Amino acid sequence: GRACLSRTELRARDGRSGEEEMSYQLYPGHIPTNPLQKALLAAGSAVMALYDPYRHDMVAVLGETTGCLALPSLRDKMKHHPEGYRILQERPRIRLSTLDMARLRGLPPGSLGREYVQFLEDNKVSPDTRMPPKFVDDEELAYVIQRYREVHDLMHTLLGMPTNMLGEVVVKWFEAVQTGLPMCVLGAAFGPLHLSTRKLQVLATQLVPWAIRSGRNASCILNIYYEQRWEQPVESLREEIGILPPP
Amino acid sequence: RRRAVCPRKMAAALLARRGGTLRELCGSVRSLAAGPETHFGFQTVTEAERRKKIYQVFESVAKKYDVMNDSMTLGIHRIWKDIFVHKMNPSPGTLLLDVAGGTGDIAFRFLNYVRSVRERQVQRKLRQQQNLSWQEISETYQEDKLKSLGDSQVVVCDINREMLKVGKQKAQHLGYLEGVSWVLGDAEELPFDDAKFDVYTIAFGIRNVTRIDLALQEAYRVLKPGGRFLCLEFSHINNPLLSRLYDLYSFQVIPVLGEVIAGDWKSYQYLVESIRRFPPQEELKAMIEDAGFFKVGYQNLNAGIVAIHSGFKL
Repeated sequence: GRACLSRTELRARDGRSGEEEMSYQLYPGHIPTNPLQKALLAAGSAVMALYDPYRHDMVAVLGETTGCLALPSLRDKMKHHPEGYRILQERPRIRLSTLDMARLRGLPPGSLGREYVQFLEDNKVSPDTRMPPKFVDDEELAYVIQRYREVHDLMHTLLGMPTNMLGEVVVKWFEAVQTGLPMCVLGAAFGPLHLSTRKLQVLATQLVPWAIRSGRNASCILNIYYEQRWEQPVESLREEIGILPPP
Repeated sequence: RRRAVCPRKMAAALLARRGGTLRELCGSVRSLAAGPETHFGFQTVTEAERRKKIYQVFESVAKKYDVMNDSMTLGIHRIWKDIFVHKMNPSPGTLLLDVAGGTGDIAFRFLNYVRSVRERQVQRKLRQQQNLSWQEISETYQEDKLKSLGDSQVVVCDINREMLKVGKQKAQHLGYLEGVSWVLGDAEELPFDDAKFDVYTIAFGIRNVTRIDLALQEAYRVLKPGGRFLCLEFSHINNPLLSRLYDLYSFQVIPVLGEVIAGDWKSYQYLVESIRRFPPQEELKAMIEDAGFFKVGYQNLNAGIVAIHSGFKL
């Protein structure tokens, strides 16, 4: 893997000139932190995310500060897969500026591109609102988590889940099984707290078991080069990945 | 007295440091050519960059400023500000200029203080006149109610629009409608005439001024003869154990609080670094004396975490 920051280097930033600090910035937006700060951030962001679920930045921070085991394992899964390896090399980004929305809208219904654009418009979301990583201390892993965030909306599309609380929880269960990120696990476990009992029932009896089974059955969702598969029908992509048909 | 970085010393330090590369040396020579250097937290920047960065910091934190102050200091900043205004001991009729007064904490305390002093004055006056008729008593109250502040006035001056906006909203919300005005201005170049104010205060603001000497000169200029300069600011702790605990808290906890509460790590990292860059008590005292103030002294609060500096224009 890439060189990581040693503890001595991190300690040096307390009380030294800014020139040294700048050289530890591994990517734009990177804020180097020591283990104590990461622990405090993890605890604080978990509490804040629970208290105010609209603080998406806190969910992001929680993911970054707790992902030290899951992210390297995800990166290795990508490295050992031909398509995943290419993604790591080419570093594609899903952003409104890189997507040709008109072309995607013109694709036949049922294709990935068309369904994705439909999903963005129906739920009034945009891929540009994803937080850039700040607290990941490895440049490649920072890209992995960024990719995971940008692919999240595509997960919604493939699973057919809307962006309301219920849909988000289902996607979190799927992602928890797929990625093992503690943030997904926590989100999956605590997300349902905000749901009504009727929705909880549907969640528990149908949606979550399906999400778990799909997550287990499917290959790693980060290993798909989505940008090269806009024309592929969603059904066929689901089959290829191994996502079971939604209930 | 500017805290400029000595070019020769900096070059020597760079070469002497382990891994001091030619690239770093060229970088600093290049930046020296761009203008006088100063600090932004632990970074070295030009004065123009520093002003811009500081403006952006306060623009970004304005809405969460009060919440963050409470969280970082566990509410103790309120006590510091109370002590500050008590030390000022303003009498009704005082004209106060509160510089970098942003969200109005000092201004509102000042108004409360003069109002209560005025109330006590009125009560004392009435107690001395035991044989008044009911009508005469109510007339006295009426006329004094109109002057409940006793003509005291505070002008809140801040360089940052966002901070002033928050301050004005707070004033409306808390009911401070008379006796306070809000002016956009730069501490280094105040938009006021000479010898206008009785008291000049700057609370947790002077640390963010780029040319402290100019701000002190301006303070001297706008004060009337006999006027008082008061400054409340983070300072240096002498006690080594306390200092280490304070550093630990500052560098480990405060930026985390900034990220969790305000979504802004960098502004609070700047805050804790700027505290360390600020001159200690004696040095600030000397700077205040250089500006022409007399009877300059300081009082440490909480072992030096903050200090109140005071001086008089004679």
